[in-house]
Amino acid sequence: MILRLAAQSLVARALTVGMTVLAIALSVALFLGVEKVRTGARASFADTIAGTDLIVGARSGSVQLLLYSVFRIGNATNNVSWDSYRDIAARREVDWIVPISLGDSHKQFRVMGTTPAFFDHYKYRGGRSLEIPQGHGLTDLYDAVIGADVAAALGYAVGDPIVVSHGLASFTAHDDQPFRVAGIVAKTGTPVDRTVIVSLAAIEAIHVDWKSGAKTGQTTPVEAIRDMDLTPTAITAALVGVKSRLQIFGLQRWINEYSQEPLLAVLPGVALQELWQIVGVAETALIGVSAMVVVTALIGMMAMIFSSLSERRREMAIWRAMGARPATILGLLVIEAMLMAACGAVLGLGLLYMGLFMGQPLIDAAFGIWLPIDPPSAREVWGLAIVIGAAALASLLPALRAYRMSLADGMMVRI
Amino acid sequence: MHPPALALSDVTFAWPGRGGFSLSCMSFEMAQGESVLLLGASGSGKSTLLSLVCGIATADAGQVSVGGTDLGTLRAGARDRFRAEQIGVIFQQFNLLPYARVVDNILLPLRFAPRRRARAGAAAPEAARLCAALGLPEDVLKTQAGRLSVGQQQRVAVARALIGAPPLIVADEPTSALDAATQDSFLSLLFEQANKAGSSLLMVSHDERLGARFDRVIRLQDIVTTQRDAA
Repeated sequence: MILRLAAQSLVARALTVGMTVLAIALSVALFLGVEKVRTGARASFADTIAGTDLIVGARSGSVQLLLYSVFRIGNATNNVSWDSYRDIAARREVDWIVPISLGDSHKQFRVMGTTPAFFDHYKYRGGRSLEIPQGHGLTDLYDAVIGADVAAALGYAVGDPIVVSHGLASFTAHDDQPFRVAGIVAKTGTPVDRTVIVSLAAIEAIHVDWKSGAKTGQTTPVEAIRDMDLTPTAITAALVGVKSRLQIFGLQRWINEYSQEPLLAVLPGVALQELWQIVGVAETALIGVSAMVVVTALIGMMAMIFSSLSERRREMAIWRAMGARPATILGLLVIEAMLMAACGAVLGLGLLYMGLFMGQPLIDAAFGIWLPIDPPSAREVWGLAIVIGAAALASLLPALRAYRMSLADGMMVRI
Repeated sequence: MHPPALALSDVTFAWPGRGGFSLSCMSFEMAQGESVLLLGASGSGKSTLLSLVCGIATADAGQVSVGGTDLGTLRAGARDRFRAEQIGVIFQQFNLLPYARVVDNILLPLRFAPRRRARAGAAAPEAARLCAALGLPEDVLKTQAGRLSVGQQQRVAVARALIGAPPLIVADEPTSALDAATQDSFLSLLFEQANKAGSSLLMVSHDERLGARFDRVIRLQDIVTTQRDAA
């Protein structure tokens, strides 16, 4: 009965209570939203390299290797020689290995040389493979497969010519050997969307007339190049899959101790963990800010209860006259606050899911972050419970004041 | 021999920190079933006296007994419960929780008084019976109390005070918000139902014309001396 009366009392003050509940709901939605985006972004990052057991590159930092090989952020400090690559590929633990050669660009997008095996073994978002709905994969030497963002940004269609520039943001173009758009990869939400993929041999081919990063002046005819042995001398990195997961650490150790060349093999998951430790500070700051918003909403509720006390003195006197103890009045106010917070939490959850349903495709398209729409996790439910608990705590202050007022007023209020 | 419904003896009381208002009452008694009108202007100490009778305030010295129980011997929580069990309270106006339904308002004191609830029997039908007896329309129970007219609200307050037949009804100027015509029928209904329940009725008012209906009419200043220190 007390619970029902508390609810009816809230309904009777629908406007102020509604505003308070709305403020709590918005803050809760923001808090949960930040958490969703944070975990969604992490999951999307982790999804970028599903199915790859080891990333191999020249010895540097593991985060750096992860960033340049998978996310195309930053540059390799050194290359991996083709001999080392073949030594690794020959290990019996290795199930598959895909070489990657980076360093050239097309407009604002990076060019990646690799083998057709890349399309077989590169997996994203829980084991999905790359799809090429328009055109086909790498068959000819001068075939280029472009990511969805490249096609959209530059307006390319299958069959269009592409000229690769030497290096990043450079003015020297490999215009003597133009490529042709052979296929366009369907949107993945991974860095593949922003990559121009060509064959490893093609990377070698366009650098035939180059030495030490500069053009030699000769121009070898394309027909002659096609007849040449285009095995590279070095690659940037390699993605490796092992036959059994138990062998990952053994192979990693072997690569890291490889004597002919200083190499580094990292587990993508471990390197990601290191990355999260770096960006964790920003994440914590975001969570902190959104938690402060929740606190602000609760303080607003506290102010609202305080200001309602004087107009509710009469009501308190009625409760007292009917035999309610001052503790009952304190409890009544706390229950009201918890009801408001609970309504705010539920409404905030509703707002969050509404936002997710509407924003999910937009965020995926714009940022490549896939926010899953799941039922609230145990962690989120705990968060909501904490909000309700904090509301109870915040209401104690005005409730204690009501307690004292009702002791002093008794049942006689002079209005 | 029944104990008196209400007995005050050698009571002194001062509000803590309220301009030093203090009150003393040497002797006052009400028999069971008796109806008494206390006449007093505002500021004559009637609110303080009612607070003492209802156990909201406790006497600094002397005894306030309701139905033979000395309120001073009860702890604060027990006094609150005792009030719920033994006393029906009717205010001048604004008696009801305006957001709650009439039936919830009537049943509210029972929430804090299990024995009174047991006396009331089936509480909801009893509330309906009281409403009907007090001339309230049948559908009033489900109505929000705030939507009723002042006259109707006062009658609901009477139903609330009478439910479970508490031995003592305390009414603080219950008619002053009503016009003369409604005052009369209101008092008739109040007396009729209080008699039926066997409850004693203590009413405070400044209106001498009401006196004819009561067993006794007492001027407040005859039993109470007040003092206001210029502290």
